[in-house]
Amino acid sequence: MTVASFFDSMDYAPSTEDDSAARQWLATHEGRFGHFIDGEMTEAGEGFATIEPATGKTLAQVTQGTKGDVDAAFKAACKAQKAWAALPGHERALKLYALARIIQRNARLIAVVESLDNGKPIRETRDIDIPLAARHFYHHAGWAQLQETQFAGYDPVGVVGQVIPWNFPFLMLAWKVAPALALGNAVVLKPAESTPLTALLFAELAQAAGFPAGVLNIVTGDGATGALIAAHEDADKVAFTGSTEVGRRIREATAGSGKSLTLELGGKSPFIVCDDADIDAAVEGVVDAIWFNQGQVCCAGSRLLVQEGVADVFHARLSERMKTLRIGTSLDKTIDMGAVIDGAQRDRIAGMVDRAVAAGATLVQAGTTPAEGSFYPPTVLRDVPATCEAATEEIFGPVAVSMTFRTPGEAVQLANHSRYGLAASIWSENVNLALDLAAQVQAGIVWVNCTNVMDAGVGFGGVKESGFGREGGREGCFDYLKPRAFAKAPIRKATVPATPKGFALDAVDRTAKFFIGGKQARPDGGNSRTITGPKGEVLGQVGEGNRKDIRNAVEAARGAASWGRKTQHNRAQILYYMGENLSARADEFADRLRAQTGVKADKARAEVSATVSRLFSYGSWADKFEGVVHMPPMQGLALAVPEAIGVAGVICPEESPLLGFISTVAPLIATGNRVVAVASEAHPLSATDFYQVLETSDLPGGVLNIVTGSAATLGRELAKHNGVDALWAFGTAELAAEVEALSTGNLKRVFTDYGRAWDWSAPEAEGQHFLRQATQIKNIWVPYGE
Amino acid sequence: MNTQVKTAPIEVSQVEHRNTGMPLDLSVVHAVQVNTQASQRRAASLPGRRAVKADAQSAWLLKAVTCIDLTTLNGDDTEGRVRRLCAKAAQPVRQDLLDALGMGDRGITTGAVCVYHRFVAAAVDALAGTGIPVAAVSTGFPAGLSPHSTKLAEIEASVADGAQEIDIVITREHVLTGNWQALYDEMRDYRAACGDAHVKAILATGDLKTLRNVAKASMVCMMAGADFIKTSTGKESVNATLPVSLTMVRAIRQYREMTGHKVGYKPAGGVSKAKDVLTYFALMKEELGHDWLQPDMFRIGASSLLGDIERQLEHRVTGAYSAAQRHPIG
Repeated sequence: MTVASFFDSMDYAPSTEDDSAARQWLATHEGRFGHFIDGEMTEAGEGFATIEPATGKTLAQVTQGTKGDVDAAFKAACKAQKAWAALPGHERALKLYALARIIQRNARLIAVVESLDNGKPIRETRDIDIPLAARHFYHHAGWAQLQETQFAGYDPVGVVGQVIPWNFPFLMLAWKVAPALALGNAVVLKPAESTPLTALLFAELAQAAGFPAGVLNIVTGDGATGALIAAHEDADKVAFTGSTEVGRRIREATAGSGKSLTLELGGKSPFIVCDDADIDAAVEGVVDAIWFNQGQVCCAGSRLLVQEGVADVFHARLSERMKTLRIGTSLDKTIDMGAVIDGAQRDRIAGMVDRAVAAGATLVQAGTTPAEGSFYPPTVLRDVPATCEAATEEIFGPVAVSMTFRTPGEAVQLANHSRYGLAASIWSENVNLALDLAAQVQAGIVWVNCTNVMDAGVGFGGVKESGFGREGGREGCFDYLKPRAFAKAPIRKATVPATPKGFALDAVDRTAKFFIGGKQARPDGGNSRTITGPKGEVLGQVGEGNRKDIRNAVEAARGAASWGRKTQHNRAQILYYMGENLSARADEFADRLRAQTGVKADKARAEVSATVSRLFSYGSWADKFEGVVHMPPMQGLALAVPEAIGVAGVICPEESPLLGFISTVAPLIATGNRVVAVASEAHPLSATDFYQVLETSDLPGGVLNIVTGSAATLGRELAKHNGVDALWAFGTAELAAEVEALSTGNLKRVFTDYGRAWDWSAPEAEGQHFLRQATQIKNIWVPYGE
Repeated sequence: MNTQVKTAPIEVSQVEHRNTGMPLDLSVVHAVQVNTQASQRRAASLPGRRAVKADAQSAWLLKAVTCIDLTTLNGDDTEGRVRRLCAKAAQPVRQDLLDALGMGDRGITTGAVCVYHRFVAAAVDALAGTGIPVAAVSTGFPAGLSPHSTKLAEIEASVADGAQEIDIVITREHVLTGNWQALYDEMRDYRAACGDAHVKAILATGDLKTLRNVAKASMVCMMAGADFIKTSTGKESVNATLPVSLTMVRAIRQYREMTGHKVGYKPAGGVSKAKDVLTYFALMKEELGHDWLQPDMFRIGASSLLGDIERQLEHRVTGAYSAAQRHPIG
């Protein structure tokens, strides 16, 4: 090619980023890497090759982390963590700040190594991944600085095991490592098997900068190493980003261990194009949504939902746009897309596309892919049958599926008809419509007229089977902290009911039924159990709930969805009213507490009045637990809105039969959830007496449903039920383990005390910690400007 | 050296493919939606997606030279100043540099010379035999607030003096008040007054403020028969920007989808660096395609851009950074 030929053709010429520094770095290690443990690079051991997806050539050999390696890393982390946490926030801030500067100083080297190892275009690592990673360290250096004032009453979780994916190797490291370290935790991190190099490079840079030994440990390896990390006895927390399938396994593996857990999993995020959208902008949005990083993005806008009236023009323009996408090797600075991670992934993508086409989808593809390397072209599957796997499952490749909708309501219905709930992108020039859709879609992140925009100050994470926990911003910090108040709570003593003596004294039988859908309902099984006082005196009978009673209660709770749409003021009024009605019957409830537990009169009265106070507290919080407005570096806002999770099951604590019941149920109701509560197994009569308070308090039917019986049996049923979105379990340690393990069906959020009996009369037993557990943050990005 | 064949072959195709316009369709105008931030994001990410280096860069810069409307529009312009500019237009890049780049025999000239009406005749005379057309700014440039009949007379006078291209300015009031019919009628009259001369509609996007206004004004002017739509007079506080250009080229694309007519695009003012013009080419190539990379469909209104291109080309040839005085003054 000559100047003259380019003058005539006006073609692009490949423009390749210089990779000599990256190759030099690999060469200084002779292409072989060990782990980074306790501040030192270990000798390279048995392992595997990491390849260059653009060419299929081997880049380096890395070491498979063994049990011994993982043990050593945790040992180093445990040893280092206390001193690290004990540093003043300012000292930790300086170290985090130094890491941010290291990233900036070595930005190009990191970007090139990342592109080589992952196959993604250098533009993305250079312009997006690495700058954003540095921003995460800067942002979290700030949280370290402010920790003492902003997170008073919270301690770091401790030692954190982190397992990250291959799609954003360095950015995910930053998302995981920066908040963990900033808030005083130590880390054992495993980068993905196929993309370990930038983590090792980062470790080396941190080491050279004098970062304290043991605080950050990197162990390479495959899924087996990851499993060792997730299950390690010294891990106080596990943070995982990856597939929903592996997320489920980690949930099972950590069940009952008391490990804090955050899961950032898959998605099938809707990309909604309304008929008043800027169509060209939306088409470009698709490029950023599904052809960014070859579509290997958990929050990729992979389900195009286009309003019928504009579907043809939208797709015509999209097809034209696809023709100008350039695909090439990762270091070429003239491309839009690089290689997918490996041949197996490419074949998996191709298989899903082929099956969708066979099922009737219309295939739109464009672009020329290089002959070597694992490339797959940009693809749209138009009019994909809703029943085919490509329409419902995460493809994790450059493939969008498309459907049409008629009305905004139908857009919401289609968007939410998914197991996932990570992100959503909404395109409309009408702010009323866009924000209405944003409020209704079930997702952790909603982008209005933009997509795949991220910032360290704005929490990222999903709902439903896309996982739980947030990364970034204040909301993300709480996932690396634990409340100090509950740390030393004693193990809950099992209540052994006294042997019944004689019969109930009431002339009129008062067998308590269940409270389901606002009405009292008989047990499905027709069984009841006798409730005794401390000396065995018979106090009455309650229904013995079974799985069908749980089914009915959940059904009623799901039907009461309008509770979440009531105004906060309205919810507050009802909670106050419940408090008022309870107060009017304080003596009766106090007597019942004495009869059940044998407490003295003053303590019983104190529990009733504490319960009234608690109802008032959550009534107060109902219109005061607000979101924040993030100010990301753009012209626009990100609205962090705490939203109800949905239907929550609650295994109420044995102790404090009235206060424990209200302390767990009220924060959920105050924030708009609907509840299926299993009353204190030994002392359920305070909860069943409460039916009459509920019936006089205007609480809509189905918002609070109460079932009595075996906490273990009913807890299991709630944990298994895929229509239950959250489960609060305050029973035995065994029950906590069991429900966590059983919660994987729909990855429900579990909040448990692991059998440690908290003091429900303590001030820490109410307030924001509970409200945060009752909600999940939805971040709505609203760029503006005309 | 062949100094005759310049933009002539393209002139022929222009005659064949002039935009004949269409009746004003207000439904299209009212349906226009432009999201500003999305436009800005697209514009911002483009340079990172399309690096143009080495031989390709030299070729693209030489192509840019052929697309430049080399311009002088100042109150102190004189005939002598205009003739100097014309000489530069005919030989915009040093012959030794062209030879070194293997482009010595391509007859590289600028796309046109752009002046006020007063200097049209002098420019036509100075450019005689070069094939370089003379463009005249017109219709009460830059504010466009002269009487309508005066504006039409001004166009006719410039055409009579030999201008082959007329750069008109629209009445911004029509856009700012949403009086699309008035804008359409005005543009129709300008087009008619131009006769065979090509008409470029200057929207003065810096005055229109919003991208939505820019898109709507673009669409109305094309419906009324504009051969080119052009961003700016160079006198507004904000001239050509990438988001404005993105908006206008997308309007051109939509108009082509509607009518089959190809309308040219001319960013003016604000394109002063060689690096910028590469991004503009990438924008045209990506959003409109190869046809809009030639001087019959793409022009750049610029006065200082050429100097930067000359310096870049010398750097490419010699490996040493250049300086302005090493290239003939324009």
